[in-house]
Amino acid sequence: MSDVKYSKEHEWIKLDGDVATIGITKHATEMLGDIVFAELPEKGSKVEKDGTAGVVESTKAASDVYTPVSGEVVDINQAIVDDPSKINEDPENTAWFFKLKIKDLSEMDTLMNKDDYDRFAKEASA
Amino acid sequence: METKKTSLYQLHQDCNAKFVEFAGYQMPIQYSEGIVEEHKFTRNHSGIFDVSHMGQLFIYGGDDLIKDLEKIFPLDLKNLKLNHSKYSFLMDKDAGIQDDLIITKTSEGFLIILNAACKDNDFKILKELLKEKYKMILDEYRSLIAIQGPKSSIILNDVVEGIKDLNFMTGNWFLFENQKVFITRSGYTGEDGFEISIPNDFVDKLTRELINKGSKLIGLGARDTLRLEAGLCLYGHDLDKDKTPVEANLKWAISKERISKGDFIGSDIIIKQLNNGVSKIRVGIKPEGRIIAREKTKIFNQLDIHIGEITSGTFGPSVNGPVAMGYVENEFSKKNTKVFLEVRGKKHPASICSLPFYKKSYVKGAN
Repeated sequence: MSDVKYSKEHEWIKLDGDVATIGITKHATEMLGDIVFAELPEKGSKVEKDGTAGVVESTKAASDVYTPVSGEVVDINQAIVDDPSKINEDPENTAWFFKLKIKDLSEMDTLMNKDDYDRFAKEASA
Repeated sequence: METKKTSLYQLHQDCNAKFVEFAGYQMPIQYSEGIVEEHKFTRNHSGIFDVSHMGQLFIYGGDDLIKDLEKIFPLDLKNLKLNHSKYSFLMDKDAGIQDDLIITKTSEGFLIILNAACKDNDFKILKELLKEKYKMILDEYRSLIAIQGPKSSIILNDVVEGIKDLNFMTGNWFLFENQKVFITRSGYTGEDGFEISIPNDFVDKLTRELINKGSKLIGLGARDTLRLEAGLCLYGHDLDKDKTPVEANLKWAISKERISKGDFIGSDIIIKQLNNGVSKIRVGIKPEGRIIAREKTKIFNQLDIHIGEITSGTFGPSVNGPVAMGYVENEFSKKNTKVFLEVRGKKHPASICSLPFYKKSYVKGAN
């Protein structure tokens, strides 16, 4: 899991060559509660670092999902749209949100590693 | 102003509640299992709700009190039987709803259950209207819990014997630990259930006993999804001073007998609206697909003309889909009318539907 990075908006990003898989962290799902709706970017669309790339809604409220890096959407996980409860069940693995062909690999350097993120999430929720 | 805590605060903490501030109180929004599980547990078993933040107003008096209250509420209180309850509202002279409430006739007078955010203002208004002729107590020494769901009757009867014989929308005094508790068969979830008014010092013990018998604490989050599925209004969202009971589609709660006389606050407007119709009316709205349209979502007709607004919207766990209610122009209020809801800049199809979204019959005596 050492190749996974994290954003301050509670997304995780896993790199495989120049394709990144992005989802939301377990910590994010715990803050959101039961997720009942997910909206993903369109395949083929271009997204910009820190821009909105989707929405998740819990029974309580809607929250934007941001993309931590820029790129072109090459795949989306339709399974979480069809059954959003999967996001609560397995957020950092099978319930990924979308895959990007990354534009600028150096954007990865601005993100946190696991230890830093865990510390950040702990402080943010304290 | 410092936020208040109910007498169940410690128990909420023991049950890992997440708290929110609601109407000046620290209230549990959910516990560790989460809103969806809590919602389903209430529908299938039994859930306990701490509603101690709500106002319990006891008014003491006899025939004069009945006459004076009939000038305020659109109810036939004279013919209301002892220990029977009615849903009603406190209106201003324009029939705007200041609060919605449950009023029960007791042997000493009336018990009125008021919304937490409105109770102090209601008390002031009622005191003025009744010209301080009667003893009125907005009781801070009593807590209020609701127990709701199909197993609630058996569970509560194990702890407070005799409650199973109550009919829907009736109440009575019972004993728990030698304390007088007033229990009504009512609730706000669309399930069979009870509301229990009990001295603060005993509510923790009663609630723990109910939990030991298999019921569970349920937070405000699930209370909201349950009441919305049941098509019930939430004051401050679906009801407020700019809406009348006729516009809110609650005319069933106005006594026909009283309309014919028309001598209560707001009666001129109510009668006018009943005769001439209203321009906007509350309806159920079912979004297509999974999109959730929340409060303040704009509603459009098929010609893209703005015709109304959502006042409550969420995901209904028992319906397993989005549910909403809101106000639309009267001509678009017919069941199955196609409308569009603007969510995050996009218009999504939905249709007007009848309420409730989820229906289970209440127990005997329901009408």
